[in-house]
Amino acid sequence: MDTQQLLGAAALGQASMPMATFQNTSTASMVLCCLCGTSIPSNPSNMCVNCIRSKIDITEGISKQLTILWCKECGRYLQPPKHWVTAEHESKELLTFCIKKIRGLAKLIDAGFIWTEPHSMRLKVKLTVQNEVLNGAILQQSFIVDYTVRQHVFHKRTFLFLEQLILKHGADVNCVKIKDIHEGVDFYFQQRGHALKLIDFLQNVIPARFRHDKQLVSHDTHNMTYNYKYTFSVEIVPLCKDDLVCLPAKVSTSLGHMGPMVLVTKMSNQITLLDPVSLRHTTMDATVYWRNSFIAAASYKQVVEYVILDIELLGHELGKYALAEVQVARLSDFGKNDQIFFAKTHLGHILHVGDYALGYDLSAAQLTGLDYDAFIAKGGETQDVVLVRKSYEERRIRRRAKGGAAAEIRPWKLKSLNMEVDDGLPEEKVGRSRAARTQGAAEAPELERERFLQELEEDPELRARVNLFRDAENIERLAQIAAKAAAKPAGLEDDMDDSDSDDDDLPEVPLEELLDDLAELMMNEREEAEGVDEVADGLKDVDMDDA
Amino acid sequence: MATRCQFENSNDVGVFAKLTNAYCLVALGGAENFYSVFESELSDHIPVIKTSISGTRLVGRMTVGNKNGLLLPNSCSDQELQHIRNCLPDEVVVQRIDERLSALGNCIACNDYCALIHPDIDRETEEIVADVLGVEVFRQAVAGNVLVGSYCAFTNQGGIVHPKTTVEDLDELSSLLQIPLVAGTVNRGADVIGAGLVCNDWAAFCGLDTTSTELSVIESVLKLRDAHPMNIVTSMRASLIDSMA
Repeated sequence: MDTQQLLGAAALGQASMPMATFQNTSTASMVLCCLCGTSIPSNPSNMCVNCIRSKIDITEGISKQLTILWCKECGRYLQPPKHWVTAEHESKELLTFCIKKIRGLAKLIDAGFIWTEPHSMRLKVKLTVQNEVLNGAILQQSFIVDYTVRQHVFHKRTFLFLEQLILKHGADVNCVKIKDIHEGVDFYFQQRGHALKLIDFLQNVIPARFRHDKQLVSHDTHNMTYNYKYTFSVEIVPLCKDDLVCLPAKVSTSLGHMGPMVLVTKMSNQITLLDPVSLRHTTMDATVYWRNSFIAAASYKQVVEYVILDIELLGHELGKYALAEVQVARLSDFGKNDQIFFAKTHLGHILHVGDYALGYDLSAAQLTGLDYDAFIAKGGETQDVVLVRKSYEERRIRRRAKGGAAAEIRPWKLKSLNMEVDDGLPEEKVGRSRAARTQGAAEAPELERERFLQELEEDPELRARVNLFRDAENIERLAQIAAKAAAKPAGLEDDMDDSDSDDDDLPEVPLEELLDDLAELMMNEREEAEGVDEVADGLKDVDMDDA
Repeated sequence: MATRCQFENSNDVGVFAKLTNAYCLVALGGAENFYSVFESELSDHIPVIKTSISGTRLVGRMTVGNKNGLLLPNSCSDQELQHIRNCLPDEVVVQRIDERLSALGNCIACNDYCALIHPDIDRETEEIVADVLGVEVFRQAVAGNVLVGSYCAFTNQGGIVHPKTTVEDLDELSSLLQIPLVAGTVNRGADVIGAGLVCNDWAAFCGLDTTSTELSVIESVLKLRDAHPMNIVTSMRASLIDSMA
């Protein structure tokens, strides 16, 4: 019976159609967006994307304007506090670096550069972030972050001055090798004592702090002698003479509410700061500086030339500074528009109506530094102009134009340390970028050097600390040019007379201050000796060398 | 006519009120605002009763009822029961039931003809519901949620369900209840319809946050635009007279 039933069932099974599996379909129903009424599939907030976007901005807490510091010489970007990152324009490393700088970034989905002009000093990065809003709906939003690229000012002038000091005091006498690297100089010594001597010297002449490190190089187990490599790292205060500094609030209060905008007037082993408005000055030790360090808000490269329209002494005097109220106009505005600035300055003794002066333009300039930003954010007000020094540029240019070659030749020169130059760049990066960079690198130090030489001419105090040597060649050349000038026809002499009165003001180094370069004298003697003796008497030359 | 209101700054009016075609229960609030809104709309036609349920103000969520009857949880006190019985018209049967799922308003949603109940409700309760309220009972879940009373609100004219209800489910429910249903939201995109909305055939009350889009959806599906209480009364009277005659 059972088998028959089974067979019957089987027969039936074969005859019937194969069963289709039942698929449970579920179509989500559409609801209306509660705000605008468009038909949307339901989401946790039940609002259409546009309505959510219009209500909520998930990029609210994220900083959208940032500043990054860039070194013009080697093209590296600063990662505070000390590390410099090498990155090509619009490369992956630069993108990582830029993204790391952003504060408040929660969940990043996508990032990419938006093209900007290579020389525009601006980088634009487009970021896509995701965040949870309103009952669990996940919203994705894209936005653009703007980076302003600011050039990191390298204070080569301090180094140039330091170089001269070291030469004068012979602090490099035990030095085995000197290497000029990115952002500094390396001195190599045989003995630890010699290195310490240099450090002591440095601490006496410039404000600096140092760290030391000891590294085991080798050791001899039989003699029980250990060879160490000692490394001393000296960090110099990154300020230069004539820098404009915005003191952080704490420092300003501790100095008795000295106006936050101050000028650095002298850099020796102490930093001298002067408030140009109140004529208050203070000296700061290296230790005090490092407790609350600050950087220059603007440095010498950013000065603008002004012409003095009116000056009125206010009576308050302090040594060689006198407080005066001035009316100035920018040289670029002069004659074109009527823009006049009023300011108080400490240069009352030196400036007269019609003089040219150099100063920092605070109305238009962009000053770097968080302290300055914080000060302005609290509602602080500064003068529009801070005059720094009298300008002799005009006179120099005129003198150069009239006097021809004579004006550019200085009858003195400086010696320099025997330095190896090491770029610190990896060997593989050859090509246009490196060539371009070294070109740029060549220009900036030249300007700094020129400025340094001008400073020496203008400031007798500075000169006293440095050795200037007679440049016999230049003096000869100047004498030749003077002889030629004397031989000129009488008609042209009038021009020279006119320029003389201007030249009087131009600071020059009096010849009496110059030292004779002993080495040069030795060289001259040797040359004479070589000229007299024949090559056969080569032994004599060797003798001279030994002496 | 749909009205926006708030109970002590809360937009969940469905928690604090229960509205049917024959009566309205309102919670005892600190300020009289809530009560006066209901009064102004409803008291001409139906009794509006202020009460508490088991000492709480959660009148809307603890009770369920229609024009035929009212069901109360077993935690409801005797005084409250008596008070309600006194205030309500005699046609309305008031019954206290013993049920593990005591928040009856969350578990049962009904109009005058059919009811949806929580799938886990006892058989006894189901029978009492069918008996007291005079409805056809269906055990159903709405958009995968078992708390049918919270996630849908319907009257004899139409109803609104949870926004994530699928089209198939919507069709199924619609055919069960024999009324048009729509998936919608209330109180600016909130999906808890039962908490945000109370309604009967000619009036509806929702939270202050409800946007105009949501309000227009509510009014159109519940057919409130041209609904006047007098219309219902006169149409009923006509049919009654017909049957009498």
